[in-house]
Amino acid sequence: MIHTDTIAAIATGMNTAGIGIIRISGDDSFSVIRKIFRTPSGAVLNEIESHRVIYGYIYDEEQMIDEVLLIPMRAPRSFTREDTVEIDCHGGLLLMQKILATVLKNGARAAEPGEFTKRAFLNGRIDLSKAEAVIDLINAQNDYAMQNSLKHLTGKLYEILKDCKDKILYETAYIESALDDPEHYDLTGYPQELRKKIGDITDTLLKLTETFHDGQIISEGIKTVILGKPNVGKSSFLNTLLGQDIAIVTEIAGTTRDSLKEHVMIDGISLDVIDTAGIHETDDPVESIGVDRARKLAESADLILMIIDASAPLTEADLSVFQIISEKKALILLNKSDLPAAVTTEEIRKHSHHPILQISAKEETGFDDFKSFIREEFIKGFLTYNNEIFISDQRQYQLLTDSVKSLQEVCNSIDQGLPEDFYTIDLTNAYEDLCLITGEHVNDDLISEIFAKFCTGK
Amino acid sequence: MDHFTENYDIVVVGAGHAGCEAALACARLGLETIVFTVSINSIALMPCNPNIGGSSKGHLVRELDALGGEMGKVIDRTFIQSKMLNASKGPAVHSLRAQADKIDYSMAMRQVLENQEHLTVKQAEVTELLTEENKVTGVKIATGGTYYAKAVVLCTGTYLKARCLCGETITYTGPNGLQAANTLSDSLIKAGIRLQRFKTGTPARMDGRTLDYSKMDEQFGDERIVPFSFSTDPDSIQKEQVSCYLTYTNEKTHEIIRQNLDRSPIYAGVIEGTGPRYCPSIEDKVVRFADKDRHQVFIEPEGTHTNEMYVGGMSSSLPEDVQLAMYRTVPGLENCKIVRHAYAIEYDCIDPRQLNATLEFKQIKGLFSGGQFNGSSGYEEAAAQGLIAGINAAMSVLNREYLTIDRSEGYIGVLIDDLVTKENIEPYRMMTSRSEYRLLLRQDNADLRLRKKGYEVGLISEEQYQALLRKEEQIEKEIDRLKHTYVGNHENVQALLKRYDSTPLKSGASLYELIGRPELSYEAVAEIDVARETLPADVIEQVDINIKYEGYIKRQEKQVLAFQKLEKKKIPSDIDYLEIKGLRKEAMQKLKDYAPASIGQASRISGVSPADISVLLVYMEQRERNR
Repeated sequence: MIHTDTIAAIATGMNTAGIGIIRISGDDSFSVIRKIFRTPSGAVLNEIESHRVIYGYIYDEEQMIDEVLLIPMRAPRSFTREDTVEIDCHGGLLLMQKILATVLKNGARAAEPGEFTKRAFLNGRIDLSKAEAVIDLINAQNDYAMQNSLKHLTGKLYEILKDCKDKILYETAYIESALDDPEHYDLTGYPQELRKKIGDITDTLLKLTETFHDGQIISEGIKTVILGKPNVGKSSFLNTLLGQDIAIVTEIAGTTRDSLKEHVMIDGISLDVIDTAGIHETDDPVESIGVDRARKLAESADLILMIIDASAPLTEADLSVFQIISEKKALILLNKSDLPAAVTTEEIRKHSHHPILQISAKEETGFDDFKSFIREEFIKGFLTYNNEIFISDQRQYQLLTDSVKSLQEVCNSIDQGLPEDFYTIDLTNAYEDLCLITGEHVNDDLISEIFAKFCTGK
Repeated sequence: MDHFTENYDIVVVGAGHAGCEAALACARLGLETIVFTVSINSIALMPCNPNIGGSSKGHLVRELDALGGEMGKVIDRTFIQSKMLNASKGPAVHSLRAQADKIDYSMAMRQVLENQEHLTVKQAEVTELLTEENKVTGVKIATGGTYYAKAVVLCTGTYLKARCLCGETITYTGPNGLQAANTLSDSLIKAGIRLQRFKTGTPARMDGRTLDYSKMDEQFGDERIVPFSFSTDPDSIQKEQVSCYLTYTNEKTHEIIRQNLDRSPIYAGVIEGTGPRYCPSIEDKVVRFADKDRHQVFIEPEGTHTNEMYVGGMSSSLPEDVQLAMYRTVPGLENCKIVRHAYAIEYDCIDPRQLNATLEFKQIKGLFSGGQFNGSSGYEEAAAQGLIAGINAAMSVLNREYLTIDRSEGYIGVLIDDLVTKENIEPYRMMTSRSEYRLLLRQDNADLRLRKKGYEVGLISEEQYQALLRKEEQIEKEIDRLKHTYVGNHENVQALLKRYDSTPLKSGASLYELIGRPELSYEAVAEIDVARETLPADVIEQVDINIKYEGYIKRQEKQVLAFQKLEKKKIPSDIDYLEIKGLRKEAMQKLKDYAPASIGQASRISGVSPADISVLLVYMEQRERNR
């Protein structure tokens, strides 16, 4: 058996199911759980009996996160044949992520794609006929992870990480050049200079880590604007989403004169949804203010939901909405899909590249697709709050935190007056963690940087 | 007509730094060994810089010595200046560097070879490698003689199809105008060995009488000289040292170079070989670092038997007239006369990925290689590989277990693993930044890391080994004593702490804890350590370092454990990667080409992802269970 370190992951899919499972496997599983679990009386678990359900709470230090059931399984009587603990918690993406974050903070590491199954196989738990299935699973999960790393990091987040990475690498290469060629590069006075630079990088990364929190902490949700010509069912859609009548819904075009703002939670992801007046050219002054406002709101939106009446042909007004959303993050909702269709997706494709979903606000169909769309886009980092960069992925958060820790170690080493070669140990760790976030390989980056930036050797 | 034949256990081709170590190791292990050199005068020649050691290279020499190599002992006898580099930095990057008297060094090594029992030294050009069914059987020399052997070690350095370039002038010679070896390459290709072409260069040598040292900064050696070899008594090598000198290029120098770039064979496209990015030629420095208004130039003596001075930092392949003009712009070199001009040299070497970590060819049993032939650069890198190749050639003949050193055991391990696992696009030079566990791989503890291996191989004597065991015991005992020696809130303790600006004690503390404080040391707490006995300096050094850097050392030791787990998971040699479903195409091809020995090595191949490794593990398990 090669792996004895302890891994953890969310075992249930990223869905809205009522119960979520976080699985921990490896030698330290029990000691990790001891650190974060309290019984109803607030006691720490001393003896953990195998295969006996335990009720209690998960704590992140002093903060209670969730009420859970634990299922501890001693090796070899578990799926992986290692010491395993399963935490059954309330479903909900952000809650599960929060629990996983706590587990990782306390000694486990995020599991690689297919790693539980791989361990189960390598430890003889899965029979031979399944080997190919195991390999397929590893590859499938790896593909998914790849897609969710570098490629799907939002542009700005990647820029920031790359900038930090480059700076760390440059300083590391400078120190290494000086150590390699001490008669050439002099490090007198450099530690204090480095301390300042590292302080700046740490601040940047810390700001990023602070964007990772469960939904409640972010006071403002994803700014979502509903657009569409009058009477396509914008308010009905919002009402169905809210499950209550808030906006005025009538059959007369242009009833929603002002914009309404509603708070919607989807799987712990919060949306601030603004319903707008329908967009169509009008001379009515009151209406026209509403339309102008809609355009303005659309400009500052994080996400636009364009609603089209599928039972009526496209009009000029629809085309002008396509225009407004062309450069924005948007989703097209084909409403009234319960009625005979007059508009096809092919027709819409001619005007817009945005994804399209079929819904019926009246029949309340298509809403599950809508919710999973929001969830996926959010996980992949496509959806952001106020165009702000933020970290949505558990693994990214963990790596960022580790990276920050390493940089703080560098500052400690400087303050303690340790020699310069000690700084590069932690600088390299910080660099490698950032590379793992962006999905880039470290390879011989340092050596290349030394040769590219510094003229070494006699 | 039949030429004569002879039989040996081992043939070593080449008597440079790699060949010397290889030949000595084999002969010392009792095997009849013959070493060939194209010229008897080029044994252990230093055709480039006059130094042994330097950052990370000093580590290699120390490790070599711990294993029973010769380089450290010879330089201890023949150095003319010595310096511990990075002495103000952490112990991991302290590195010894000596200026050698080149002639003395070469001569001293030659004498060691000539007087070694079981070793024959012969001047001849080896032209053919003899193999039979993927097993080496011997070599042929230019005059037709055949030398049969059970193992062959190739250490041909920069001699294979060598070509020297100086401006428009090209000569087909090895270094220093020595005869090149033009035939062996073809025989190697015929045996299925993949060759590539590398390039390196050397600066001019000048007549020392024509230089004005008053315009340069004088560079002295250390006051207290530390020997390279663990067997050398430090007191025996304290001596008068020579000086080196530092001067700088300037805008005028750079101007001349820029104006004549079209006459440089590299920039004119005449050179095919890949040159190193470190140690760039002065042309390269001026082009690539255009914003720098000056570059360092080190003037170093070539020895005490000659006036020649080595011009470090200004290697070049520009024509001789341009060389003279550019050198003369440098302060102190205004009236210089060039004895030997600078040149670039191109040569054949192998793609080292054809080797195992034992330095044996994967495809040809009994064939080993070391040194620049393997795509490395530097005397120390060469010697280190030569020793390992030699030892393993001997092990193969003796049917004993091969010696490998992994990345967690020594720089030699890092060097060899990088060579045989990574794609090298230039001559490989050792650097401390290449070692991920460098806090453990210090030059001061090379004996503690490797002497035992040298003893097991048979190159370290029983007496030396017993001395090592004593040292280990003393270190352990002393650390233990310090852990259990407590000092309290006493006046003398507080006074001492105050003197060192250290936080006063509130309650008791062990001496171990006090030494761990950055501002204190083993030496510093001497006066409050009443029970202390006098210990050898090298023991005290280990105690001090182990206590002071305990946190970092522990961390790296933990990483090493994880690393070794993967190294120990061996991949069966008959595995067919093309048959493994689920491996990506690129990974399949790379794994097939490299044929890694372990999961650890496989994971270091670029283009092999963690998912590929998982798939490989599952496949191996499946195979195992099917047995």
